[in-house]
Amino acid sequence: MSTDSNIEGWDERLPTRQLPPHGQALGIEYVKVEDGCLFLKVPYAEHLVGDPDTGIIHGGVITAAMDNASGWCTRLNSDFVEGQSMATLDLRIDYMKPATPHKDLMVRAECYKMTRNIAFVRATAFQEDLLDPVATSVASFMMGTPSERKPA
Amino acid sequence: MKILDELRREGRADDMQSLVDHIPYARFLGIRVDRKGTEITTILPFDAKLIGNTTLPALHGGVIGAFLELTAVIQLLYSTQCERLPKTVDVSVDYLRSGHPVDTYGRATVTRQGRRVANVQAEIWQEEKSKPIAASHGHFLLTPV
Repeated sequence: MSTDSNIEGWDERLPTRQLPPHGQALGIEYVKVEDGCLFLKVPYAEHLVGDPDTGIIHGGVITAAMDNASGWCTRLNSDFVEGQSMATLDLRIDYMKPATPHKDLMVRAECYKMTRNIAFVRATAFQEDLLDPVATSVASFMMGTPSERKPA
Repeated sequence: MKILDELRREGRADDMQSLVDHIPYARFLGIRVDRKGTEITTILPFDAKLIGNTTLPALHGGVIGAFLELTAVIQLLYSTQCERLPKTVDVSVDYLRSGHPVDTYGRATVTRQGRRVANVQAEIWQEEKSKPIAASHGHFLLTPV
């Protein structure tokens, strides 16, 4: 469980072992950090289904998981300033194929560029093979939103 | 989708609430549909599990994306009367304001409907419709009846 304080391989750059309430509600789990990329897992669950005839999970679940992973992984970028707040500007997702029912979904997210104001992130959602993705996304985040700015 | 056939047989093809109640993920989010004539408004009642940022607090960006996508799909199902759920090809979301911990409303417009693909724009707001918290446009694959 992601709220466990003894997760093996936890990357200390990630600020908290506690997922946001919606991340917990979806059942998202932290997997690992590898080569600057964050990996999260969404275990298959009945309440995530979008089409009861097929058991395929809803696109919105993939959106939520990719948003979550994309936001988090900015902290792994070497230009990330500790204590910096952030806001999502946009997120574009391309759906390549439906996720196979009853199989977990993995998300790999990488913040490939961070400027003083903006972070650029790409992410891939897949099941067994990273090269055969369920969906891919690009997102941009505004860093250091007003709540963190020093008063003028 | 079986439920779509059932509703159509019963002459309730426009009963979007029954349809939404058959989508487990929409039920999990607690989505409700309000239809007045041909105008459809989706409602996302606030719930603690929708929070993404506990300090602000603000709705999870993923919830916002999912709600926009569902709003678009519901509008599309109503407008096109297709027999299966449209497949999302891509969705692009602009986050405009942070989502407060209150109810959220959504509207979508089918901008262009072709034989195979539809382009749908959606917008969601909270207190004021003129101040949307997010907007999206996306493409959906249709299965014609």
